Amino acid sequence: MHDTEFEMVPYKIEAREDTGLYNAKFAIWLFLASEIMLFGSLFSAYILLRVGSLSWPVQSEFLNVPIGALNSVILVTSSMFIIRAWSALKADDFKKFQKYMWLTITFAIVFLCFKGVEYAQHFMHHEYPKTSVFLALYFLLTGLHALHIIGGIIVNIYYVGPGSRLRAINKQWFINRVEIAGLYWHFVDIVWIFLFSMLYLL
Amino acid sequence: MTQKNPMHSFLHKYVFSSDHKVIGIQYGLTSLFFLLFGFILIMIMRWQLAYPGQPMPYAGNIFGENNMPGGIMLPEFYNQLGAMHGTIMVFLGVVPLGFGAFGNYLVPLQIGARDMAFPRLNMLSYWIFFVAGFLMLLSFFLPGGPTGNGWTAYPPLADFAHDGQTIWLFGMFLIIISSLFSSINVIVTIFQLRAPGMSFDRLPFFVWGQLITAFLLLLAFPPLEGAAFMQLMDRLLGTSFFLPSGLFVNGQVANVSGGGNALLWQHLFWFLGHPEVYVIILPALGIVTEIIANNTRKNVSGFDYMKYSVIFLGFVSFIVWSHHTYLTGMGTNITAFFQTTTMIVSIPSVIIITALFITLWGGSIRFNLPMLFALAFLPMFGFGGLTGLPLGLAATDIPLHDTYYVIGHFHYVVAPGVIFAIFAGIYYWFPKMTGRKMNDFLGHLHFWPTLVCMNIVFFPMLIMGLEGVNRRLYDGGETYVFMHNVLHWNVIISWAAWIMAIAQIPFIINFFGSILKGEKVNSDNPWQSTTLEWATPTPPPHGNFTKPITVYRGPYAYSLEGSSKDYSPQNEKDI
Repeated sequence: MHDTEFEMVPYKIEAREDTGLYNAKFAIWLFLASEIMLFGSLFSAYILLRVGSLSWPVQSEFLNVPIGALNSVILVTSSMFIIRAWSALKADDFKKFQKYMWLTITFAIVFLCFKGVEYAQHFMHHEYPKTSVFLALYFLLTGLHALHIIGGIIVNIYYVGPGSRLRAINKQWFINRVEIAGLYWHFVDIVWIFLFSMLYLL
Repeated sequence: MTQKNPMHSFLHKYVFSSDHKVIGIQYGLTSLFFLLFGFILIMIMRWQLAYPGQPMPYAGNIFGENNMPGGIMLPEFYNQLGAMHGTIMVFLGVVPLGFGAFGNYLVPLQIGARDMAFPRLNMLSYWIFFVAGFLMLLSFFLPGGPTGNGWTAYPPLADFAHDGQTIWLFGMFLIIISSLFSSINVIVTIFQLRAPGMSFDRLPFFVWGQLITAFLLLLAFPPLEGAAFMQLMDRLLGTSFFLPSGLFVNGQVANVSGGGNALLWQHLFWFLGHPEVYVIILPALGIVTEIIANNTRKNVSGFDYMKYSVIFLGFVSFIVWSHHTYLTGMGTNITAFFQTTTMIVSIPSVIIITALFITLWGGSIRFNLPMLFALAFLPMFGFGGLTGLPLGLAATDIPLHDTYYVIGHFHYVVAPGVIFAIFAGIYYWFPKMTGRKMNDFLGHLHFWPTLVCMNIVFFPMLIMGLEGVNRRLYDGGETYVFMHNVLHWNVIISWAAWIMAIAQIPFIINFFGSILKGEKVNSDNPWQSTTLEWATPTPPPHGNFTKPITVYRGPYAYSLEGSSKDYSPQNEKDI
């Protein structure tokens, strides 16, 4: 089945000349565009609800800024690691690829652990989504972001593990897939930077 | 040689297939079922509107004592039927027909590709859509029945509604995921898999329509996904995204933290909702353009203007959504902005329709069945569009808002408009899909009564709306004295709707009968068309084309001078 499909669809691996993209890279950019619309709608909701509110908590006192800042550093670093992993793969250094991929995954898990600590602190103080609109927005936005992180971790583990068998079939194909995972990972990273600024600092 | 399990290969070929044509047909059959289902819902409602409070004969008992005690419809049941009619028709009927069925089947064929860019993702989209439709149907069997909040699900009502609303939100969530996957697939397919020579200016208009539709789906649906998350949290976690402080429910202050805004939902919903209108219309315009070009035997007049119009329309459709919310008191400046953009967005649609009308001029028209439906589409759709203008201007929208005028307007666009285009498409591409023609006599028996009944159903609604009859009255307006002089239309509309249902029987017989016993077509190109889908064997095998395709000219090269025949296919080098 794989073979026949492979013959039917061109530009799976090599880029088409007039668009300069292979299919999956085009698709991931479109997917990220739709993700921007998803997060954009929630950001707009935040603006509308905050502008229309009678009272709003001082966010930087309400949320744990040091943990949030540390988490930003962790996520940006993991984003850097995935580039290193991709370039190692392009240099055909599979060991190095695996090392940086696992570093990416580890940092992402550390991020989630810190996020969990923050959530636990809120719950200990009886601060739930239903407590106020600000907390509802905070839990919705960071929760949705955390789901994206979890998705990214699963994809990255797949490519460092069973997914890397593709390398035996076609090296370039595998490099492309890691590139796409990297693009997604950068996007999740950028969303967090906006979330951190908006929810913790503003 | 390994022995193949016949059951396994049947499933692989017809059920879990990754072939775009099989998936297109799956979409088509599923959404035709939903179209019929949504139609049955409204026919039940039409009894209550024509004869309010009277027990329904024959069928009154099958809906149970909770919904229709003694055959008399309860208001809650009426609301549920109305909400599900809207949801099913829009999200499970018309959109999947235009984009899922025709888009899937025809886009790869018309651009000369062997399949979609991501065949298995395509299969996944269909099955997510299928589960979403199944969930919506399942909600009819909940203890409280399906949602009764209208297809727009406005809070605060929707926040406090029974469980049917939660199922509705999950269903919508799946529909959004499904259309996200298909829209990515269609865009990548059109950009990446065009055959050699198929430049963008040689794309048929149908493909242009699908491309813009895909972009609208890609970018307009996610905000509703965000809104659905918020409504789910309001319902399940007790948040107050859409619930303001001091909200009264059943005469008591609601026990919520407050601070939310009910209008937030309306804006996010209509940010999807208005591009959604074009998601419905553009595939229909594409189908009609193909059929009109083919049956007038000439190039589409102003084809370039049509392409620019459809691109422009795609952009502007993102900044018109608030003409649905003039009555929310959002302020005159915002209103002025949105009524200006609304007037602007009507221009490209008028250009497209006008170009199609001018195409008829001087053509040697063949009045076959697809052409009849396409010709009926033009004035009916134009009428639907023109009746929309008073709704786009705030001053005239204020008295007309939420009246039957609105219902009449958008049903003119969708029912005798888009659904006629879909019928036209079914009659037109049926020979390619099955290798057999649909019966002409049964087709006429379907077309003429449907055309007449459509107008008897929807035109009186405009009259009633101008008298101020509200769209969501479950007794049809009997309790309001000032409406009494137009209420007799309700009986006429209902009977026309039921007769129209009978007029669909020839279509159903024709559709299934022709698959088995229809007259066989003896050519791969029975309509003598120019576009690439006719350059395939009939029906096209997995992989579509038997030899490599090269494109030499634009899509509608009919009646060229110096050609021995009156059509010059895109893939033939010599005219």
